[in-house]
Amino acid sequence: MALDNMKTTGFTQVGTTPNRPDGLDKVTGRARFGADVTAPGMLHAVIVRSPHAHARIKRIDTSKAEALAGVKGIVTRADFATGLTGENWNILENVMASDTALYDGHAVAAVAATSALTARDAAKLVEVEYEILPHVTDVDKAMAPDAPVIRAGAADGSVPEGQHPNVVRYHESGHGDVQAGFDEADLVIEDHFTTEATHQGYIEPHACLGILGGDGKGELWCCTQGHWNVQKICAALLGLETANLRVTASEIGGGFGGKTAVFIEPVALALARKTNKPVKLVMPRADVFKATGPTASTSMDIKIGMKKDGTITAAQGVFRLQGGAFPGAPADMTAMCAFAPYALSNVHQVGYDVMSNRPKQAAYRAPGSPMAAFAVESVIDELCGQLGLDPIEVRLKNASKEGTKASYGPTFQRIGLVETLEAAKAHPHYSAPLKPGQGRGISCGFWFNHGGETAVSLALSEDGTAQLAVGTPDIGGSRASMALMAAEELGIPYENIRVTIADTATLGYNEVSHGSRVTYASGLATIEAARDAVKKLCGRAAAKWGIPEDAVKWENGCAVPSGPNAGDFDPLPMAEITANMGATGGPIVGHFEATPEGAGVSFATHIVDAEVDPETGKTSVVRYTVVQDAGKAIHPTYVEGQFQGGAAQGIGWALNEEYIYGDDGRLQNALFLDYRIPVASDLPMIDTVIIEVPNPGHPYGVRGVGETSICPPLAAIANAVSAAAAVRLRQLPMSPPRILEALEQKRDG
Amino acid sequence: MSKIHVTTTVNGDEVEFLCDPRETVLDVLRDRLGMTGSKEGCGTGDCGACSITLDGRLVCSCLVLGAEAEGREIETVEGIATGEDLHPLQQKFIEYAALQCGICTPGILVATKALLEKNPDPTETEVRYWLAGNLCRCTGYDKIIRAVMDTAADMREAS
Amino acid sequence: MVEVNLWSGLRPLADGKDKVEVEAETVGEVLSGLVQAHPGLQDAIDAGVSVAVDGRVIASSLTEPVKPDSEVFLMQRLKGG
Ligand code: FES
Ligand code: FES
Repeated sequence: MALDNMKTTGFTQVGTTPNRPDGLDKVTGRARFGADVTAPGMLHAVIVRSPHAHARIKRIDTSKAEALAGVKGIVTRADFATGLTGENWNILENVMASDTALYDGHAVAAVAATSALTARDAAKLVEVEYEILPHVTDVDKAMAPDAPVIRAGAADGSVPEGQHPNVVRYHESGHGDVQAGFDEADLVIEDHFTTEATHQGYIEPHACLGILGGDGKGELWCCTQGHWNVQKICAALLGLETANLRVTASEIGGGFGGKTAVFIEPVALALARKTNKPVKLVMPRADVFKATGPTASTSMDIKIGMKKDGTITAAQGVFRLQGGAFPGAPADMTAMCAFAPYALSNVHQVGYDVMSNRPKQAAYRAPGSPMAAFAVESVIDELCGQLGLDPIEVRLKNASKEGTKASYGPTFQRIGLVETLEAAKAHPHYSAPLKPGQGRGISCGFWFNHGGETAVSLALSEDGTAQLAVGTPDIGGSRASMALMAAEELGIPYENIRVTIADTATLGYNEVSHGSRVTYASGLATIEAARDAVKKLCGRAAAKWGIPEDAVKWENGCAVPSGPNAGDFDPLPMAEITANMGATGGPIVGHFEATPEGAGVSFATHIVDAEVDPETGKTSVVRYTVVQDAGKAIHPTYVEGQFQGGAAQGIGWALNEEYIYGDDGRLQNALFLDYRIPVASDLPMIDTVIIEVPNPGHPYGVRGVGETSICPPLAAIANAVSAAAAVRLRQLPMSPPRILEALEQKRDG
Repeated sequence: MSKIHVTTTVNGDEVEFLCDPRETVLDVLRDRLGMTGSKEGCGTGDCGACSITLDGRLVCSCLVLGAEAEGREIETVEGIATGEDLHPLQQKFIEYAALQCGICTPGILVATKALLEKNPDPTETEVRYWLAGNLCRCTGYDKIIRAVMDTAADMREAS
Repeated sequence: MVEVNLWSGLRPLADGKDKVEVEAETVGEVLSGLVQAHPGLQDAIDAGVSVAVDGRVIASSLTEPVKPDSEVFLMQRLKGG
């Protein structure tokens, strides 16, 4: 069911690509990010972290550190709230360990001092006595009967009997009869896949500045994807009243899901309370790697049956996700996304959320979906290869469309998978000749997207400009998209809209910017707030003209009579109404506060050409094309940017990025030199095709675009590598040593 | 530890500061001189967010000690625009949406400006290798490379 | 009555059923109806669920309407990046 106030054509501003409002600040160094603020009398903080993967904390002696000149305060777990339960308890336990350090890098204490160097020196003087416990960091090992138990009693009621206590959540879904389906197939392929944990790799480390007085009132400045969430959690972890803590979101230097979680903010506030001074806490890069959200690592079994004509008869998957020392790995999402691109009569999927001695996993773009796509789309590629079928034709044959019963249950509304496949097939890239040594791979990808609690306010100024306050931090140009939508509705120039990211004291609750919800939900809210303002503007014009409100409509930034019977009045521009709004009823402000539901799911198809160097095992991506359904692209350049960024991150995940743990359970590559994200010279240009199949749940048809783009690359590259070098890599990353090993195995037969 | 007195030039202005012998130029810029345009992404010379030029040479300011700045000339992102007028690179970066979050942008602008001063007509490959020390996690580099290539062409035409 | 489809992992908590009929006009009533019929579902629902109504995934709003002939699926709560 589409919204009845839907607009899909006749846009004057939406779909154009003006310069972003915050562009100047960001190219001149003026924009203020997490670490860019100071406060008078400010202290600097450093967190003391466990060097052990699993250890009982027997004693913490802070006396030597406290004796150092310049040290003003030290906090441990004793400085936080007690009696927490549920997820708040989990978050606190992760923010500051109580009696057990659960992973290499787990925080055990924190020091505030007059300078960052003094704080660093003092942190080294904090003496912690540990009793080392057995540890496990691998998902399959963590499920084995003899694995050390990370925390007894962490499992919930979903876990079937007989599982190791490290299995803490279980998901199972599907429909039909998979065995019957496999019996019908001409070819069944079953394989095992693994992926390593990767980090979101935002370039800005977590940073914050906290102020908290003895009266329980505080201020916090931080880089986050959701400052209301930070407010709520900090209040709980410190025992404050929520409204007494005002949180302001700084400019944010990337997040990709990793800044939806809270890590250092409660620590800065606890130190601020203890020392009665503002405290700044900036994470060193190594801490970012060790103690903030990597993704889950996975171990997966996929079985798919296909007929000779390409029809998929049944599909089955088992997904085991290692999510660190806390429950929460998105095993359910992985399972639900895995087969979503295909219309299947028989499908069954199982997910295990498994704890290990690693940092608590955090969301990373379409959490769980890229790993599933890697495994599933690799098997489909193998089936196509062995049956001699074209990979796009097979996907088209089985593609989910409107009315398909999704692999995860419900019936799809209007979706655009077929359109992305058709566009990929028609794209010159798909038929371009390949050079020797190169191979081409394709893959589809799926993500749900999300709406969530949203509040915005749009205040009109006397001169006919407008101030839009939104609650979702601008990670990649969303101010521009919001301004375009407000300008579209108000009928005024884009430049006349000033967009601010409001603090928690100014607007109602806004859910974290995740699930690709910003353009969808804040956008919907902006449109509705503008429509609310327009209604009020029309009311003022009606009063002036002495005609009923419904006899006035809004056109090109002016109130006009709605028809010939309404009377004969000249169009009344917005600026003329706002010029004396104080005298005609008061300030005009448009509002929207609600929880938009109806974020449309989105699909993508990627095409990639890869070249494998048989001498070194190095894979180069030589050509890349992203085709994705955006529903409606508000600012097409930023939509392209999301497509390209997701693809690049996926390329890194496929080829290089991985958390490497030693036998001692310590992370061995907590540095950008060793955790190698793609650099400019690793990548080609990334071509994009924006498909627009309107989402019935948004007034302009917008679908989230930020996440789906990371789903296909892993498999697309694996498929390209298989085509280029005739080796099938079932383990990510496909780093040079792994490719060489595979090539050698093939040579040795 | 006693502090060191340093006199240096930043974006054409002479400045003086006292710094700990362990402090880097990046620490000094950000914490002592209040110039937070240069960013710290890693502190180990791997991300390029802290890029500056020191006597015209592109360096990672997190790898240079504050004390080493004595008598040198430092250029940072804050010095790229001339008053109100943006440098063509800055303009083009906005126009091309060559930034999403913008945290890498100061370092990339400093680095590309240094490149174009050395080589006004770089190939795409040269730009990519020159920028290989500047990490961007948001954009996949596509729009950055295009913005740089196009600025270079414009600047060649204008000169 | 509205027929609610459960994901199969919930079957053990709902006396082996994967479809449960409840009296409901809103998403909120669907959830309370489920718990009434099968108290074992309480924890799973508290842990966070979304409800897909005719293909539209409702993540949190309990007031969304549900019709007797609506296709209703209980799903695990979505978490994005
Ligand atoms: S902060 Fe200097 S290179 Fe990363
Ligand atoms: S724009 Fe975010 S890191 Fe480059």
